[in-house]
Amino acid sequence: MDSDLAAADRQPENHPLRTEKWERFQSLKKYWDLYLIMLPGLAYFIIFKYVPMGGIVVAFQDFSAFAGIRGSEWVGLTHFKNMFTDSEFYTVFKNTLLISLYKLIWGFPGPIILALMLNEVRHMLYKRGVQTLVYLPHFLSWVIIGGILINVLSPATGIVNQFLGMLGLEPIFFLGSQEWFRTVLVVSDIWKEAGWGAIIYLAALASIDPQIYEAAVVDGAGKWKQLLHVTLPSLIGTIVILFVLRLGSVLDVGFEQIFVLYNPLVYNVADVIETYVYRTGITQGQFSFTTAVGLFKSVISLILVVLANKAARKLGQDSLW
Amino acid sequence: MSQTKFSTHPAADKVYYIISGFILTFILIAVSYPLIYVLSASFSSGNAVSSGQVLLWPVDFSLEGYEAVFKNKDIVRAYGNTFLYTALGTLVNVTVVMTCAYALSRPGLKGRGGFMFLFTFTMFFSGGLIPFYILMKDLHLINTMWVMVLPGALSVYNMIIARTFIQSSIPGELIEATSIDGCSDARFFFSFVLPLSKAVIAVITLFSAVGHWNAYFNALMYLNDRTLYPLQIILREILIMNQVDVSMIMDPELQVAKAQAAAVLKYSLIVVATVPILCVYPFIQKYFVKGVMIGSLKG
Repeated sequence: MDSDLAAADRQPENHPLRTEKWERFQSLKKYWDLYLIMLPGLAYFIIFKYVPMGGIVVAFQDFSAFAGIRGSEWVGLTHFKNMFTDSEFYTVFKNTLLISLYKLIWGFPGPIILALMLNEVRHMLYKRGVQTLVYLPHFLSWVIIGGILINVLSPATGIVNQFLGMLGLEPIFFLGSQEWFRTVLVVSDIWKEAGWGAIIYLAALASIDPQIYEAAVVDGAGKWKQLLHVTLPSLIGTIVILFVLRLGSVLDVGFEQIFVLYNPLVYNVADVIETYVYRTGITQGQFSFTTAVGLFKSVISLILVVLANKAARKLGQDSLW
Repeated sequence: MSQTKFSTHPAADKVYYIISGFILTFILIAVSYPLIYVLSASFSSGNAVSSGQVLLWPVDFSLEGYEAVFKNKDIVRAYGNTFLYTALGTLVNVTVVMTCAYALSRPGLKGRGGFMFLFTFTMFFSGGLIPFYILMKDLHLINTMWVMVLPGALSVYNMIIARTFIQSSIPGELIEATSIDGCSDARFFFSFVLPLSKAVIAVITLFSAVGHWNAYFNALMYLNDRTLYPLQIILREILIMNQVDVSMIMDPELQVAKAQAAAVLKYSLIVVATVPILCVYPFIQKYFVKGVMIGSLKG
């Protein structure tokens, strides 16, 4: 602001157009090194983010790697028509929504419950220990977790099936079973991310004024009443905003997790948009068709994010922008 | 806290504490058991692992799994590659993120809002997989190490964290005062911003280092030269696709031992691949809350 003022001071005439131009020039001159400092970041965004956005035109072409984007034939909306008449696409879209929904229903309350439990622990060392442990899986890659799962769930030697055996149950091939595969996805996702997700709720819990609890105790509220009338109402803002934002990314179901764990036996229930795009696009070379599928997903995601943000604002919560 | 002293519902409170303690203990076991199991199995003998004798503690203690890991040339080379990609990638990340965040934190920069929009928009919309693949091809980055370093150079999320930090912790008066003394913006960045932003630099360094260590998608997409493979790809081959290179074991008498060795090798490999993360983990942990909280503020 003060730079603008300084610029205006030095400006002899007050012609509106000249002032604006002059100001802009002055600011560029004064802050040229700031622009220079930003240049690597800017170049990165243009090259790695905006150029590929231009590449979306491939979705309207019959792209051939030899002809390139300029030389390929334009086919209009053909790929989109094919997509909506393709039964495999419907399966994939359905799987994406279902897996995402299951993860939301089962996975969303996890961090909240965990944070509430951790908040009750009065023994600081024990609390720190539990926290250290439950945050850890967030930092393990899906390849590692996939490796652990495959071994632990193995029908022949896995520890889970050994337990089932002790209980007199038949072994279950979890990763190869269409009934069980999605459960494995949801549970392993909770195992990996619930602890990490609890951090933000713990911070919200820590900011509750202890005097409110003291007042509640004086009024005769036990732990249950405190939870119901003090803790949960204080958390509701955080819960709503995180829930709404989570809805915005409902089509991102986690490529790495599914890609690591799935196999032809469960494609029917596990193939989601991202894995489908990878398989048909990169490994089978149907570049244009899969770009169309990817674009479909990107556009829906963008709309969802905008809607979610609007909803968060309407509810009187902090929004993304 | 002396809440319980006043409580008028001692019985109900007791139930509350029992339930909460029970759930927490369950969570604790559910998270720690697989990790302990992997660690124990990695120190057991192949025979004990494949016959399912390992339950909690190492059975028939042995280091054969680790021996096999370090004898496997693919693993050792991939380990080195990953170290290289992590170091280089983190360096690039931190440099680009900090410079960009600094420039965008300065009110003097014209078009700040426009740049911020340009950057944040990419968080919610992207060209998608195939156009990116075509770009990598056109840039001749496929099958080079740069494909592991450059594409993720700037995380918008980290940039917003850094920008918020700089804005809130470095007073504007300091910039004014130093600029009166003739300090240029670039010099201000090196002499004041960087030293004062140590905490946020630590956060970004650690997060991007872990990200690079775990990265495997770009390698899967853009690398098919085995000598360039990072650890995660080799891990996937061995852990997920079950391709242990048993040809290294020449002795035909070891046929049975082979399968057993492969089983332990997997567990040892998981441990070896995780150790670097466990090493930086205590340092990152200090910054968890800070990072998550700043990130949740408005960009």
